[in-house]
Amino acid sequence: MTIFSRLFTAFGLVLVLSLGAPMASAQVNPTESSVTEDSLFEALGSAPVTGRTTIPDGKAGYLINDQNKSWAVLQGQTLHTISIWAVIGMVAILALFYLVRGKIRVDSGLSGHKILRFNGVERFAHWTLATTFIILALTGLNLIIGKSVILPLFGEATFGTLSTWGKIAHNYLAWPFMVALVLIVLLWIVHNVPNKLDMEWIKQGGGLFKKGVHPPARKFNAGQKLIFWSVVIGGAALSYTGIMLLFPGEAGTAADWQFYQTIHALVAAALSAIVIAHIYIGSVGMEGAFDAMGSGEVDENWAKEHHSLWVEEVKSAKDGDSKQAATPAE
Amino acid sequence: MARMKFLCDADRCIECQACVTACKNEHEVPWGINRRRVITINDGLPGERSVSMACMHCTDAPCAAVCPVNCFYETDDGVVLHNKDTCIGCGYCSYACPFGAPQFPQTANFGTRGKMDKCTYCAGGPEPDMSHAEYVKYGANRLAEGKLPLCAEMCSTKALLAGDGDIIADIYRERVVTRGYGSGAWGWRTAYGDTVTV
Repeated sequence: MTIFSRLFTAFGLVLVLSLGAPMASAQVNPTESSVTEDSLFEALGSAPVTGRTTIPDGKAGYLINDQNKSWAVLQGQTLHTISIWAVIGMVAILALFYLVRGKIRVDSGLSGHKILRFNGVERFAHWTLATTFIILALTGLNLIIGKSVILPLFGEATFGTLSTWGKIAHNYLAWPFMVALVLIVLLWIVHNVPNKLDMEWIKQGGGLFKKGVHPPARKFNAGQKLIFWSVVIGGAALSYTGIMLLFPGEAGTAADWQFYQTIHALVAAALSAIVIAHIYIGSVGMEGAFDAMGSGEVDENWAKEHHSLWVEEVKSAKDGDSKQAATPAE
Repeated sequence: MARMKFLCDADRCIECQACVTACKNEHEVPWGINRRRVITINDGLPGERSVSMACMHCTDAPCAAVCPVNCFYETDDGVVLHNKDTCIGCGYCSYACPFGAPQFPQTANFGTRGKMDKCTYCAGGPEPDMSHAEYVKYGANRLAEGKLPLCAEMCSTKALLAGDGDIIADIYRERVVTRGYGSGAWGWRTAYGDTVTV
């Protein structure tokens, strides 16, 4: 590069800069150009005010997220009320049912002859699911209503310790619950496919409201199928949303997490109410029902009344077995 | 009684991060936790403004509304504090807070969070004032010593104001009138329902 071309470039540069200078040196009116909270709120609507921050957590880059307050109201008041009424409402309905209908007896009396209804694997799966669900439901309910029920009774220190252990139990027992849920699906889904018999069962109210009415049913009647599908669908929803709550980083934005938490609480309230009804009918509500999951063997007369077609299936299978066993001897 | 508040005059904040550093140092806040942070809006554009943000010590604090164990309480000065012995680290408060104030140390697997930590307005916690137990859990209690929060006290441009809400609102109002502009009392409408009008 010669001296002339250098000079030429230098002059050119000065020319360009001097042309650009008036623009750059013009006074910026800070009033006009500065961002104000009011105008920003107006422009953004309810969307969060975000910016840049230098701390390592990039998610801390929002300044104000007004929407979080609506979730606070939803969680602090609405879900609180819904959860309490779901539980109290179901207990009240069952108490009323018990007063009107009483314990559902085996109409033809106990035969004393037992047949196997649920084998060891089925009972193991059921009780794993049941015990984990009850602990999960109670510890979850504690997070919603504990502060208005347990806290005034036992004080802050006891309630704090209890809730800490409750949270740990909730986080860890979720996993055996999910395993048992998968097991339940594998074991029982074939018996829970809806069919025409269920319509008839529902038409007759399952014989729940009238003595001596016993609509036919296979291994599971329509009522039990409803419990099955509620547990499977509700349990799957609780599992998925629960995992999102356990790993908040995976859930996405705050709004996503709040959505998962709301679904988790609503499904938990509904499923708890359904399971309370299930526990009632499987224990104090019906004579002979508990044996099915207790010893696994039910009274034949109970089985004939509630699962007539299933008894026939079991009996013919047994006959078939004994016939088969007899044939090779020929 | 007067309510203690923070007010960040964004037209003065120079994003020096001294408030962030002072807070971490004063309370020996552990790694990964920031009780205060500076956020720059319109970064690199005309009208860029920086705001120092921490817990705003809201009226009807949403964190307290969602806390399953009721660990939050409000002092006579309107400072929102919490009890770490009751806190179960569920994280609900961090999703209820409009300002991203609650912080959690990750302590174990499955996303298990430790006890929540946030700005205490340099007012400690439920333990006896200026006790060792209080310092370990919550940091220094400058309010008990008759001092204001350190972040605001040492702000070089006096952008960050702390003190009686009415007094700092008056100071800010005066500034806006004198210089002729102001970007607003950031977060006040969200935290207290109304903002500083000039």
